[in-house]
Amino acid sequence: MLPDQLRSKLREMIAGAESPREKAIDVMYAIQELQGWMNDEAMVEAAQLLAMSPLELEELATFYDYIYRSPVGKFVIKVCDSTVCWLEGQLRLTDYISSRLGIGLGQTSADGLFTLLPVCCIGYCDRAPAMVINKRVYGNLTPEKIDRILAQLAQKADFSGSE
Amino acid sequence: MAFEYPQVLFKNRKPDRAATLEEYRQSGGYEALQKFIGGAVSPGEVIKIVTESGMLGRGGAGFPTGVKWASVPGSGAFPRYLVANADEMEPGTFKDRVLMHADPHCIIEGMTLAAYSFSASKAFLFVRPSYESGAVILERELENARQAGFLGKNILGTDFSFDIVVHRSGGRYICGEASALLNAIMGKRPNPVKPPPYATEKGLWEKPTVVNNVETLANVSHILRNGPQWFKALSATPQGAGTKLYGISGKVARPGAVELPIGTRLSEIIDVHCEGLAKGSTFKACLPGGASTRFMTADHYDIPMDFEDLKKIGNRLGTAAIMVFDQNTCLVGATLNLLEFFARESCGWCTPCREGLPYMRELLRRIEYGEGKEEYIPNLRMLCKQVWNSYCALAPGAAEPVISLLDFFEDEVRQHISEKGCPFHA
Repeated sequence: MLPDQLRSKLREMIAGAESPREKAIDVMYAIQELQGWMNDEAMVEAAQLLAMSPLELEELATFYDYIYRSPVGKFVIKVCDSTVCWLEGQLRLTDYISSRLGIGLGQTSADGLFTLLPVCCIGYCDRAPAMVINKRVYGNLTPEKIDRILAQLAQKADFSGSE
Repeated sequence: MAFEYPQVLFKNRKPDRAATLEEYRQSGGYEALQKFIGGAVSPGEVIKIVTESGMLGRGGAGFPTGVKWASVPGSGAFPRYLVANADEMEPGTFKDRVLMHADPHCIIEGMTLAAYSFSASKAFLFVRPSYESGAVILERELENARQAGFLGKNILGTDFSFDIVVHRSGGRYICGEASALLNAIMGKRPNPVKPPPYATEKGLWEKPTVVNNVETLANVSHILRNGPQWFKALSATPQGAGTKLYGISGKVARPGAVELPIGTRLSEIIDVHCEGLAKGSTFKACLPGGASTRFMTADHYDIPMDFEDLKKIGNRLGTAAIMVFDQNTCLVGATLNLLEFFARESCGWCTPCREGLPYMRELLRRIEYGEGKEEYIPNLRMLCKQVWNSYCALAPGAAEPVISLLDFFEDEVRQHISEKGCPFHA
């Protein structure tokens, strides 16, 4: 069950649209912000709010890169594997992140903090190699920089856990 | 000073933040809005000026902007919609991101004037997920524009009302294709749709809709304020018009987005504005306009980078995203990477693209990893032709790097086959 507060926020969001399903992605983003991913119950509730059938919403959820239909870590690391990043050593960097976190592509770390995924060009070719974590982009990556970012994020996760 | 040119879209660009509304106004911003909307100049006049300016769409296809606006029928239904396409998901392309971060109000003013020209009342600014920072900047600045009376109900006290919402994408390459983009906004699976009817007649919710690239829209207020002749004179070539945002990446010393007269030569772009090739690199080839254009060799290093000159050599300016490859880059590997992108991002709607692209990827993969056979070369050529049967332009775009790899670097492909592996990894 979605919390009442979120539900009324979503209703308000949908009310401002030309047609309810225009807000399908925004609604799923808002739910993911709260619980990380779109589980079956959330799909049914979101579809209801959007005046769609769960199947119609499923068509979108499984289509887009940033909607998750299975559990993901608190931080979803998407490493760009398109041309310019490939040119600038993305393969080595992905291996580095993979070994640092002890997970392969498509996996989530045991502490539930990190999920590692490949992603198509993120539009930061001038700062290749680059990656996006949740919706924040990090460019000009080096192993040292990756160490720093991962350490900062792990710390952030502690803070929010203690709130 | 030599090599310094008028900055139009990037004139308010700063290293660390977006220009504010105040800074934009100080540089002449919102004067065109005052003159044309505040002064109740006829919408037809706006279209006439933009058509005369020779402005060609900056999203890749190069369609005349004024002609597109004029194709909204006068008898067309209301409400009418404008869509600003900031999806920019093709590998190598990032100039629209830099523009959104540099001067958001020139996009907002341009959109408002474009909407005025065909009486649109609402616009969607479509932004991809990795450009969230751009979306946040634009939402903030849209509110500032509303507060100042430049956007929203009764703009500048006139009876013209128009507003813009930022529409966040879920992130897929196909969403940049105009007809798929409209489906995405309506919350449908973003399959492309073949015209007719054209979006300018029946687009979003069956109402007249114009889709323009954000760089295109950002030019509009400048054209209206300074006149079509001024705009034409910005070009480096007689046939061109305006400046162009070039996004250069890969093996250059200083990658980035630069604003230059359209038609600036590739040699100048790389040698001067990117400070040459990266250390230790020599130029081997580039993709001149994003991932769906053809490899261009050193034979054309001096080519004027505009729509016409690239068309003359069978290539395309596309999005003017120049990806530079050096002597150590395996172009079979680079093409395999491109096909990995296209195959993964195929929306799956039509068979030639859904089945054809993974097939091409597999043949390239085998060649790259030493399992290639001679017959794969004619097979790849055939597939490049077959994907033209697909529903939208994205699969034929995917074939461009492949066919040009075979046209210009067949020896390199054959070397992979005869040596049973990648010579660059030896």
